[in-house]
Amino acid sequence: MQAVKYARAGSVDEAVRLLQEGGHGAYPLAGGTDVIVQARERTRDINLFVDLKHVPELMDIEHSPEGLTIGAATPCYQIYGDSTIQEQYPALVDSTSLIGGTAIQGRASLGGNLCNSSPAADGIPTLIVLEAQVEIAGPNGRRTVAVEDFCTGPGQNVLARGEFVVKLRFPAPAERSGARFLRFIPRNEMDIAVANAASQVRLDGDGAVAWARVAIGAVAPTPLLVSEAAEAIVGQPLSEETIAAAASAARAAASPITDMRGSIRQRVHLAGVFAERTIRQAAERAA
Amino acid sequence: MVTAQSQQTEQYNVIGTRPIRHDGVDKVTGAAQYGADLNLPGMLAGRVLRSPHAHARIVSIDTSKAEALAGVLAVITNADFPRAADQEIDTGEGSANLRWVLDNVIASDKALYKGHAVAAVAATDYHIAEDALELIEVEYEVLTPVLDVRDAMVDGSPLLHDSLHTRELDGSSSDSASNTASHLQFSKGDVEEGFDDADVVIEREFETSMAHQGYIEPHNGSAYWRADGTLDVWTSTQGAFVVRDSVAPLLQLSPSQVKVTPMEIGGGFGGKIPVYLEPLAALLSQKTGRPVKLTMNREEVLLATGPTSGTYMRVRMAAKRDGTITAADVHLAFEAGAYPGSPVGAGAMCSLAPYDIPNQKIDGYDVVVNKPKTAAYRAPGAPQAEFATESVLNELAEEIGLDPLEMRLQNASVEGNTTAAGMPFGVIGNVECMQAAQDSPHWQSELEGPNRGRGVAQGFWFNIGFESSAYAQVNGDGTVPLVLGSTDIGGTRASIAMQLAETLGISAEDVHPHVVDTNSVGYTQVTGGSRTTFAGGWAAYECAMDIRRQMEERAAQLWECEASDVTYGDDAIVRGPADEDGNERQFTFRELAGQLASSGGHIVGRADVNKTSSGPAFATHIVDVEVDPDTGKVDILRYTAVQDAGTAIHPAYVEGQMQGGVAQGVGMALNEEYYYDESGDLKNASLLDYRMPTALDLPMIEPIIVEVPNPGHPYGVRGVGEVPIIPPAPAVRAAIANAIGAHMTQLPMSPRAILEETALSGD
Amino acid sequence: MASEHIVVTCTINGEQQVFLANERDSLLEALRDRIGLTGAKEGCNNGNCGACCVNMDGRIVNSCLVMAAECEGAEIGTVEGLATGDQLSTLQNAFLEQAALQCGICTPGFLVAAEALLEQNPDPTEHEIRYWLAGNLCRCTGYDKIIKAVQQAAGQNVA
Repeated sequence: MQAVKYARAGSVDEAVRLLQEGGHGAYPLAGGTDVIVQARERTRDINLFVDLKHVPELMDIEHSPEGLTIGAATPCYQIYGDSTIQEQYPALVDSTSLIGGTAIQGRASLGGNLCNSSPAADGIPTLIVLEAQVEIAGPNGRRTVAVEDFCTGPGQNVLARGEFVVKLRFPAPAERSGARFLRFIPRNEMDIAVANAASQVRLDGDGAVAWARVAIGAVAPTPLLVSEAAEAIVGQPLSEETIAAAASAARAAASPITDMRGSIRQRVHLAGVFAERTIRQAAERAA
Repeated sequence: MVTAQSQQTEQYNVIGTRPIRHDGVDKVTGAAQYGADLNLPGMLAGRVLRSPHAHARIVSIDTSKAEALAGVLAVITNADFPRAADQEIDTGEGSANLRWVLDNVIASDKALYKGHAVAAVAATDYHIAEDALELIEVEYEVLTPVLDVRDAMVDGSPLLHDSLHTRELDGSSSDSASNTASHLQFSKGDVEEGFDDADVVIEREFETSMAHQGYIEPHNGSAYWRADGTLDVWTSTQGAFVVRDSVAPLLQLSPSQVKVTPMEIGGGFGGKIPVYLEPLAALLSQKTGRPVKLTMNREEVLLATGPTSGTYMRVRMAAKRDGTITAADVHLAFEAGAYPGSPVGAGAMCSLAPYDIPNQKIDGYDVVVNKPKTAAYRAPGAPQAEFATESVLNELAEEIGLDPLEMRLQNASVEGNTTAAGMPFGVIGNVECMQAAQDSPHWQSELEGPNRGRGVAQGFWFNIGFESSAYAQVNGDGTVPLVLGSTDIGGTRASIAMQLAETLGISAEDVHPHVVDTNSVGYTQVTGGSRTTFAGGWAAYECAMDIRRQMEERAAQLWECEASDVTYGDDAIVRGPADEDGNERQFTFRELAGQLASSGGHIVGRADVNKTSSGPAFATHIVDVEVDPDTGKVDILRYTAVQDAGTAIHPAYVEGQMQGGVAQGVGMALNEEYYYDESGDLKNASLLDYRMPTALDLPMIEPIIVEVPNPGHPYGVRGVGEVPIIPPAPAVRAAIANAIGAHMTQLPMSPRAILEETALSGD
Repeated sequence: MASEHIVVTCTINGEQQVFLANERDSLLEALRDRIGLTGAKEGCNNGNCGACCVNMDGRIVNSCLVMAAECEGAEIGTVEGLATGDQLSTLQNAFLEQAALQCGICTPGFLVAAEALLEQNPDPTEHEIRYWLAGNLCRCTGYDKIIKAVQQAAGQNVA
């Protein structure tokens, strides 16, 4: 563990101030399941943790007619344990109940998952298909970005120095819509995705796909929104042909690497498989 | 739960029951002291600097900046050790040259694998010791690494050791230096004639990856070099005496100057036999005059301890249409890691042993590569070798159209057979395991559903005996403290104490077993080779017989009769001749125990045994899998493990060994691998990416204990720990083939490998 | 590079503790090296094995992934707090009776995790037990007897 100090913020403003004073090596600390490991292994130069878990705004789940707001540091177990989320946003349950094991889920947060900006993050494809908006605070006030624009590369994102994510906003789910997240891992738990995917599908009254979003992960420098995959299924009822076309679009969008977790060919193939599976299962949830 | 198929005729009182293990309460309350839990006054924390390169000449090491850091008390390198003698030392499950032992503990002129230790630091705090590592300046001349066993064997390959020559079959050495340390061969009959006689021949090549024991407790080693020149070592080890006999010569001490206290151990599976940290802690303690504790983190464990060999194997096997196996030709090339000493010999000995094949030839090659020096891992060498042979046998059965268990039974080794390695079989349970598998509910059931398949495989491991000691006192209340030298990794305090209790005729609870340091008990070999319950139990038996004799003598003294007229019965009643009035004279164990102090003093039973025999172990496993053809992922649906335990002393812990062996074997079969890049960097040195099975990856594992008592043991014990890791990989391979038709040729059979073999094979 | 010490006040196994920690210490390091509670074990130090599981404010966490400094005001429960005096908990007894441990190094983490499971789900299915405990690695048992011990503690019939 590198020499690192700890400060606890009680409000967003205090967090902004602490991060600003801390300078280059100051990092926000939510669940810590990534950033503590990075400090310990000295893969990130960190000399101050600013703990955000005592800022009420970051630890809150709020439901309103406009939709859902989740504080960025809210731990996974609170998200998948929320009955309204279980009912209206089951894809969030898919993601948050897969991140790490039970003990990790006691600490890890969607905000942390997003800010760690791993290409294989299990939260981000879901956030993308649910059209999450990311509310950011920093020395220059607050701003909002669409989640698909948040990550810019492996471990990299749009946050400027001193900025952090406050909350994630989700629109209210439309009638007859459904979303699903799935990932492929070699074990049944405790793994980083070799490939993952999320889809959201909205059906019209005739059963045709009125609107869709498909996102894939671990197959490019960042999780990807694949609009070609959505286009392949929109405007007609789901069929083997349209699903195959969407899978093909997902494969075409994938540009993975070979590493210890998977090969290029395997990941491209899996991007198609999981685009297909999530589309089917999202449609089942929509029906 | 257990379908015991016992040929046990003896009726026992304690053996075969399931008492609570004696060390259990400490282990569920957190009170048990493992090596890393030790804290002594003034203790320093140490850390080890490791090579970032797989193969590099160490040009220079400058420790001055690290030594200048506040809180750092000592920094050592290989140059601080006495020059190691050119001598072979006993390393528990084999032997090794002391120079290579030292070089593996801390590199001298070359770093031979990524993670090879090059310097060690002691500081007042763990964090400071870690900071100090960054201040040590090492200049390396990076060399080309040798990472594949076949590449390493090619003439012209870069050499790890200029002084290493191949030891040939005739005992001579090769003229030129080589990465092949030795070539061995076992054979019988005429192999080519055997192939000529056959109707069906199958030849397959296999590659397997290095795999790690994966014990959850990282290595630790603490030492205190006292002012009087004696050295105390505390460590989580499988063999305290092996640690003593490695550390003493490395530091040019007499064994009598070194006392090793074995702490509780968090798993070993063979990997906690070699020394890594203990010599470093000792030297750091000598330099500082304070106790020093070294611990590894998980990355260090994976990078720099002793996994089992990666291999290249080729098997050609032939049979007649009636199922008779006529010939087998086995070629095994095993990675030793950075220094010679892979388990290829044991693998070769086991590879065909379950079968009586008239014509066999088994060649083995021990080959050094720029990877960590391999160590023993549960039935060392056998899981790889028998993966190859069992897989080809399954394919032969498939090709001929025979039931794979029937074909095995038809060719099974039985009493009186001798293996190619010259090992004669006495009473063995090979056939009995196969038959119990045939009769099992699992084998009798139908497997239905798409992409599902069933596989079966046999396993053999020879087991070992060797030295064990047991000392026991008899207390006045009839309880018996029992002193042992065997580290207890999986319930052996209980299984040894139960054999003492059985022999004395008292309860398991009245025996209090303790594992003690090397000065407090006689020489005891490692907890390994499936020997502990076998040899330790034998020592306990003889120790109890010693107590029985002494108690007979004491009773004779009290009764003023001849000792030969007194008998200690198996019911723990000591009976003498009738008194003058014709009354029966007898003592219960407890009554006599209570009179010992006043009738001449307490007694101590003692036994030191050295058994060169053992009881070979066989196992038959059945597995059902389902393969996802889109992802290549294999799910284990059902698993049955049959094994001959000889006599199951504590059946719950026998089952535990079987189930644990299955879990490790399934891990090796499906996901566990050392994944290196071209530079020799291990890319998955974490428990995230070195994928051992989780609770969600396995079903319940049904154990079926077969009991064919070992006539070479007072209670019929065979070792049980190792053989269950052998059948899982070939059984899973057969099940995959049965499910989707793919005959895999590597371990692990990961989703990626299966996908490459199936869905992506045309790409 | 130098690091300073901090004072942390929290409740551990129901007892208030004030301890001095290095500001770089994880909760695991503080428990083991500063407080002397060595029941929680280090197996991987990055959240992948569960040997360091403790209860923090009612949830299980990997104590290697918690900074000691974060524990100011927290309620921590470790394996040392599971028994009441010399009375083992139902689960601890079940682990002994089912022979659910071999080497025992993962046992403290499994016990803390499984106690938390049974508290929130007193009658879990086998799958629920396996899922909850998937973050706790055991290399000795193949999990079979651990699952059965949890089932026994839940009052279920165990074969």
